[in-house]
Amino acid sequence: MSFLNNVITGVSLGSIYAIIALGYTMVYGIAKMLNFAHGDVIMVGAYVCFFAMGSFNLPPVAGVLLAVAVCTVLGITIERLAYKPLRSAPSLAVLITAIGVSYLLQNSAQLLWGADTKTFRPLVEGSLVLVPGQLSISYVAVLSIVCCVVVMIALTLFTGQTKMGKAMRACSEDKAAAQLMGIDVNATISMTFAIGSALAAVAGALMCSAYPVLSPTTGSMPGIRAFTAAVFGGIGSIPGALLGGILLGVIETFAKAYISTDLSDAVVFAVLIIVLLVRPAGLMGKYVPEKV
Amino acid sequence: MLTVNDINVYYGAIHAIKGVSFQVNDGEVVTLIGANGAGKSTILNTVCGLLHTRTGSIEFLNQNLSGIPAHKLVERGLAHVPEGRRIFQHMTVEENLEMGAYTQPRASMDPNLERVYEQFPRLKERRKQVAGTLSGGEQQMLAMGRGLMSNPKLLMLDEPSMGLAPILVEQIFDIIKRLHQAGVTILLVEQNARMALSVADRGYVLETGKIVATGSGDELLHDEAVKKAYLGG
Repeated sequence: MSFLNNVITGVSLGSIYAIIALGYTMVYGIAKMLNFAHGDVIMVGAYVCFFAMGSFNLPPVAGVLLAVAVCTVLGITIERLAYKPLRSAPSLAVLITAIGVSYLLQNSAQLLWGADTKTFRPLVEGSLVLVPGQLSISYVAVLSIVCCVVVMIALTLFTGQTKMGKAMRACSEDKAAAQLMGIDVNATISMTFAIGSALAAVAGALMCSAYPVLSPTTGSMPGIRAFTAAVFGGIGSIPGALLGGILLGVIETFAKAYISTDLSDAVVFAVLIIVLLVRPAGLMGKYVPEKV
Repeated sequence: MLTVNDINVYYGAIHAIKGVSFQVNDGEVVTLIGANGAGKSTILNTVCGLLHTRTGSIEFLNQNLSGIPAHKLVERGLAHVPEGRRIFQHMTVEENLEMGAYTQPRASMDPNLERVYEQFPRLKERRKQVAGTLSGGEQQMLAMGRGLMSNPKLLMLDEPSMGLAPILVEQIFDIIKRLHQAGVTILLVEQNARMALSVADRGYVLETGKIVATGSGDELLHDEAVKKAYLGG
């Protein structure tokens, strides 16, 4: 039974990682950059949700929607101000900028909301008891898994069926050719940041519902783990983000349960290293040699 | 239709295009020929807004194109089939064509697809196939079909015969002739000077960023200097 409990915990944690990993992977797919500030957008989303529910007594759904709105605007603004001017700069400059934005967000959060940890009230409380006293699923876990499934289906339909989604794939393959089709590449990049940041807000609310502590650095570790999940699954690949996220959540939970809580991160990253040694492009990534 | 007037294009410190002027009239096939590095593709990329000129002007349908971003030119009727085809490898044939019609109203999608499939029956057979798995010739057809999806007034073709077997080169030039007969205005850039001149109404010969000769396709085909330099004597 404890094994099943661990599987459930792992999959629900992994679902949250997968939602975050989507933000990394989509932005990478289009803008070919690692947005290390993504984790901190999660934190902002969680704070907005916290204050909406705590100080303004809004219902959880409204809190999440508000967080989604704020993070969408934040994501677009970050891209416009910090990354767009560097469109033709070397990737190292963009990477350093992303790290800078990450610290900017953390420190701004500290200034605005203080450094103390806040206790996040879960979006939903209670759990679904399957076997009394032995096996139960918290409603937060159910919600996380449902959200992840819904997001995956929605994104798959969006990129596969809609004109904008297809334009997004065209941009990720060849920006110059996409421009020749009449696609506004800058607008597409903005939209990608908007989607990724909106998902980060959802992930922030779910994350803090499952692990109810909130501080300005709340986003950084899940951010890095989700980034790992994106690389693990194959960065740039949407199903890869799902697979990587779920596997990472399960491995982390199992490592905590059966090996050692302190070593769980070491185990997670060791698995990543082994996977990358065998499959450098990640589990579902395609290795494309760079053309010169 | 297209008037290019005294453009100068630089790659950093390199002066790639040195005061080039030419024009393309309605219904014409005009070719720019020249060796590797003469600046043919640079000119096309400048016309379609991917590169920028420091001087002069580019006018299309009597409107100055300076400052208009590349993605805005398609809806004005300018389609560019780039060098190396640049099709979207991971998308299906039909998705590639849909991208070509990105700026077109949704209602025109089906008639446009029908028209392109009529022109390229092979693409219709393979419309659900991932474009990266097509042969070189089919990829070129797809690139041209994708360009035609926007109902362009001017179609710019950059090295459509590059890397193709001789029989496919002939097919591609047959298609260019057919498009010409159908009234499409074409600006063709080619290294295969003989083929290009044989389908073109007029041609310009480009050498290290300058136009060194111009005339009708026939005149250039029989010009001694052009023969010697580009047509193998």
